Amino acid sequence: MLGLNKKDTSLLIVVAILTLLAPFILNPFPSDSAMAQFNAGYPDLMQRFVIFGIFAIGFNILFGLTGYLSFGHAAFLGVGSYSAVWMFKLLSYNVIPAIALSVVVAGLFSVLIGYISLRRSGIYFSILTLAFAQMSFALAYSVLSNPKFNLTNGETGLQVYADDPQILQGANAPDLPHLFGLPMRATYTMDVGAWSFDFNAGYYLCAVIMMVVFYLAIRIFRSPFGMMLRAVKSNQQRMNYTGLNSKPYTLAAFVISGMYAGLAGGLMAAMDPLAGAERMQWTASGEVVLMTILGGTGTLIGPVLGAGFIKYFENIFSKINDNVLHSWFAFLPDGLEDAVVFIIHPFIGKGWHLTLGILFMLVVIYLPGGLVEGGQRLLNWIRRKSVGGDDTREGKTEPAE
Amino acid sequence: MAILKVKDVSKRFGGLKALSDVNLSVEENSVHAIIGPNGAGKSTLLNCLVGKLIPDTGSVLFDNQSVLGREPYQINQMGISRVFQTPEIFGDLTVMENMLIPIFAMRDGAFRMHAYETIANEKEVLEQAEAMLEEMNMADKRHMHAASLSRGDKRRLEIGMCLSQKPRLLLLDEPTAGMARADTNNTIDLLKQIKDERDITIAIIEHDMHVVFSLAERITVLAQGTPLVEDTPENIRGNPKVREAYLGEAA
Repeated sequence: MLGLNKKDTSLLIVVAILTLLAPFILNPFPSDSAMAQFNAGYPDLMQRFVIFGIFAIGFNILFGLTGYLSFGHAAFLGVGSYSAVWMFKLLSYNVIPAIALSVVVAGLFSVLIGYISLRRSGIYFSILTLAFAQMSFALAYSVLSNPKFNLTNGETGLQVYADDPQILQGANAPDLPHLFGLPMRATYTMDVGAWSFDFNAGYYLCAVIMMVVFYLAIRIFRSPFGMMLRAVKSNQQRMNYTGLNSKPYTLAAFVISGMYAGLAGGLMAAMDPLAGAERMQWTASGEVVLMTILGGTGTLIGPVLGAGFIKYFENIFSKINDNVLHSWFAFLPDGLEDAVVFIIHPFIGKGWHLTLGILFMLVVIYLPGGLVEGGQRLLNWIRRKSVGGDDTREGKTEPAE
Repeated sequence: MAILKVKDVSKRFGGLKALSDVNLSVEENSVHAIIGPNGAGKSTLLNCLVGKLIPDTGSVLFDNQSVLGREPYQINQMGISRVFQTPEIFGDLTVMENMLIPIFAMRDGAFRMHAYETIANEKEVLEQAEAMLEEMNMADKRHMHAASLSRGDKRRLEIGMCLSQKPRLLLLDEPTAGMARADTNNTIDLLKQIKDERDITIAIIEHDMHVVFSLAERITVLAQGTPLVEDTPENIRGNPKVREAYLGEAA
């Protein structure tokens, strides 16, 4: 189907079903139960799942296929966000031109940075991209924000003001990002018994776009171009002596992944029309590296899983505080309860990065292939356990590669 | 007709004169071996032919076109393929993919943005790769990772990858270095077969005299950066100058 083989088609279908039904899947607990804090089915978080999924899918095209580790991809995310907000300020709150411009501008920006950074490989390439991203951050944070020429609005962040031109903004159009009149914040809440499920317009826009770009990523992985990118990673010497110029291949991969990042940035601005410089900081670049490695570098579905994993824990762990812990461990004797809370305390709330760090170390040491490898091992284990040894059955969700 | 002409090539590395006034011509459809003791400048000469080094003076003509100043990929596109001393293949890719890449490179040139096509639909390229794998007796290994092949198989694969591009000149840099005797003999047989079945010129740099004398039609002996003699294998074997400079203890 759609020019994909059977395995890829079923992967795409599984991803489509999961994303479309995410409001149900992510809200498994009744809304007023004690477990409700583990629910992730609220619009803001679901949007972040798919937006960072897009970011990581694009990053994986560069890092997973060519092996070039960029530490500056957040710069493209930020550029995308700024472009989108400028489109809101100048044209209208319609998200289509905003998203289109963010992809184009991030693409152009990545041609420039990629052309220079790709003169080196390995650690030098990483450092060059990091330097560029930090320069972009400095530009956005202070240099390009002065009374004479205010492109980024510095610390405050770029946002839409009442006196902005918005030349195409119709009189009746909503005063916040919308898709031809449908506000991105529009949410339909469905109550089923004790459960409540949110269906958010913005989330579904992001989800549909993610499915499209996920499909494109599969095409790239299965194309001769994708094979050439893996050849770059494997042996550039042989590539050059085989009549192939590896430079345009890596640059193309860099620009494609930059455009994915720009798209993610544009969508972020479309969900919340505000762009700040902190989006370009090196921690944001590092986050997408973590997502890709955690999920499984070079696999199709890995980066999406990694993005979801990190964003889920970021939100859930950072919400847990000492009061919540005390209520969980109330059944223990007082002294013991305090001791347990004391031990867990550093890993929750603001300390959730500690938890993330430990999880990351465990994954890198025990599952170098990331969550995807974990899933495959689990599947194999289950298959070995199941009696009869019916080897003919293929694991349906087992990702390729 | 000479397909490769090296004229007055010199190359210095600081105070070391690696090549001085090398003149050499390789006849079309012949097997030409370049031999010489360690440090004679064989590898430097080879690197000048493929674009890795640019000589200080002199010219290198392939099919009457200069190769100097061109990148390795451009020289490959002119019709020169190179086999390395340690097999250079795409270790992370499957044997089949290794064979597909040179065929795509021949068909599409140095760069093409074919990101939306699917390899499975490229019937013609797949057939060519399949045929070459058959010829190299590697069809049963097509799904293996190239890195897990044996040394001899890696060499076969590399030679197959080069041949799939239908090069006019095949450069071999010590193709049997570090191989067991059986693998060496297999490689010799393979190269003989290639020589008999194809319109191809082979230039070979080799240490192993057994390989040189079983394959070469012409031999150039290089010593201290200059060609000592160029002749047929029989005459080289009997040449006292060569014995002195190179074969000394070996012959």
